[in-house]
Amino acid sequence: MRWLALSVSLVLLATVPFWVASDYYVNIASQILLYAVFALGLNVLVGYTGLVSLGHAGLFGIAAYAGAIFINGGADHLIAILGALAATLLAAAVFAVLTLRGTGLGFVMITVALGQIVWGVAYRWISITNGDNGVSIATRPSPFGLSLATAPGFYWATLLVFLAAVVTIAIFVGSPFGASLRGTRDQPRRMNALGYHVWMIRFLAFLFSGLWSGVAGMLFLYYNQFVSPQVVALGASAEALLMVIAGGTGTLLGPIAGAALVVVMKNVASAYISRWNLVLGAIFVTIVIFMPEGLVPGSVRLWRWAVDRLHPRDVEPGRGARQKSGA
Amino acid sequence: MNLWLVLAGNSVAFGGLLFLLSAGFSLIFGLMRIPNLTHGSLSMIGAYFGTSLIAAGCGFWAAAIAAGIGVAILGGLIERLLLRRLPGAELAQVLVTLGLSFMIADLCLMGWGGDPIEIATPPVLRGATLIAGVAFPTYRVAVITVATVIASGLWVLLERTRLGAMIRAGVDDPAMARVVGIRVSRLFTIVFCLGAGLAGFAGVIGGPILSVYPGLDQDMLPLALVVVILGGSGSLVGSFVGSFVVGFLYNFGQAMLPELAYVVLFLPMLIVLVLRPQGLFGRAAP
Repeated sequence: MRWLALSVSLVLLATVPFWVASDYYVNIASQILLYAVFALGLNVLVGYTGLVSLGHAGLFGIAAYAGAIFINGGADHLIAILGALAATLLAAAVFAVLTLRGTGLGFVMITVALGQIVWGVAYRWISITNGDNGVSIATRPSPFGLSLATAPGFYWATLLVFLAAVVTIAIFVGSPFGASLRGTRDQPRRMNALGYHVWMIRFLAFLFSGLWSGVAGMLFLYYNQFVSPQVVALGASAEALLMVIAGGTGTLLGPIAGAALVVVMKNVASAYISRWNLVLGAIFVTIVIFMPEGLVPGSVRLWRWAVDRLHPRDVEPGRGARQKSGA
Repeated sequence: MNLWLVLAGNSVAFGGLLFLLSAGFSLIFGLMRIPNLTHGSLSMIGAYFGTSLIAAGCGFWAAAIAAGIGVAILGGLIERLLLRRLPGAELAQVLVTLGLSFMIADLCLMGWGGDPIEIATPPVLRGATLIAGVAFPTYRVAVITVATVIASGLWVLLERTRLGAMIRAGVDDPAMARVVGIRVSRLFTIVFCLGAGLAGFAGVIGGPILSVYPGLDQDMLPLALVVVILGGSGSLVGSFVGSFVVGFLYNFGQAMLPELAYVVLFLPMLIVLVLRPQGLFGRAAP
């Protein structure tokens, strides 16, 4: 059953450019996948490590800016991608060393500050980043002679990266290391007493999360062929966090659903109303107040609750009996 | 030489402004453990209230105080209606305040448009004052005076009154404060209103220097954050000293290294974090 669902969704994803009407929608699908990579990367930290970052757009942006600067400096696409990811990993290491001084609120506040530094540099260091005007690149790469210039070509490339992200992250969080990650999230002191190096586990999770944010940043750069300070603003970090939280933290499907929700809402909302930020803020507040665990687990809960209500006999006997005696 | 003095004077004035903004942020963060990411937005909406009141014929100081009261009420509503539902859930509080800040920013854009609005300097305070042979804009001297008066007022409130003693007890040990009969939840509302009101007041006072524009909230919030991390949360002295440090760093950074002004601003904060995570005047977490 699970494999069937998996294969059906794979086939559906792979054939999107054939059954979707126009390039416009193929591009939206590419956007969903690239933001899903970003949200999945952020979720490693938020969901599995329990550290909420509001500065991840900084890492996403560093990759995009570094890639653009490499490409405009005349570097080959492969070198530019590797260089951008190396720069992101380095930045993630610096971020991690500084932010892991605190946990909980302290961590959040430091990530906000770091994100703002990256924003300030992108906005003000005009000789490198071209300030508010941003940096453009001329071409998308064409690996193995396949052109990514068309919407379907880019979509398939993004899909491959997305699948790689899903598989790697699934293996990562399912591994013994992933278990120790959840251990440091739930019981850091006990993990410490058991001999685990809590700081190192969090540090590695930060690097891994940063790496996928960087990959998403490169995809973003190639998708838009343009990057500007807007990309690293606090709002961008908040949007990424909204994808994770809205979908459901600590699940694989959650961030993907969240990314789809935000990208679709953003495109639909911007077509009908110009007040995207108002909608974004309202979704934030509504989800936190009414569905704090996120849409995917929240919908599962509501679905179970509805099934329980419709078919009371399906409920396990102990619970059903209690409900009857209570009524 | 003259340039340095003027720059230093501006830094002190900006520090005074930052103190008004960050004192409330620090108290809210220190007492209630709420990372109030709407703080910049509250300041901005206060400034916009002020512009409307002034346009309606209100005097500058009356407008500043009225805007402060208006924002204090708004803050009280946010605290009572939303944050009260999320006790201890820090992540949820971050998200709700962040969501609110987006909504407030967009509502301000709807209500007051995207063009910067200047707040005119009150006529009495136009021109320059000679201090030690150097001419400083009179308005900035007035800002420093107001900030000092409010800082003294807050200090007396916190250190010399019964209410202040209860707030300090709430900061140190909320559970114990409850046990001895202090209504900590009511204190929370009072502190939140006070902090929000100060932020709104600061928005109007800052108007003649910064003017009021969309994005003011995103400019002010990180500054308040740096002040609180530098000074230590919940410490009035910490936010006072931190504000002036940030005021100097910001102004001198802008003048000397304009491209890296933000790095100059945040680097000392990072150094403090690494060497003394609780901030210069904060107490180590138990």
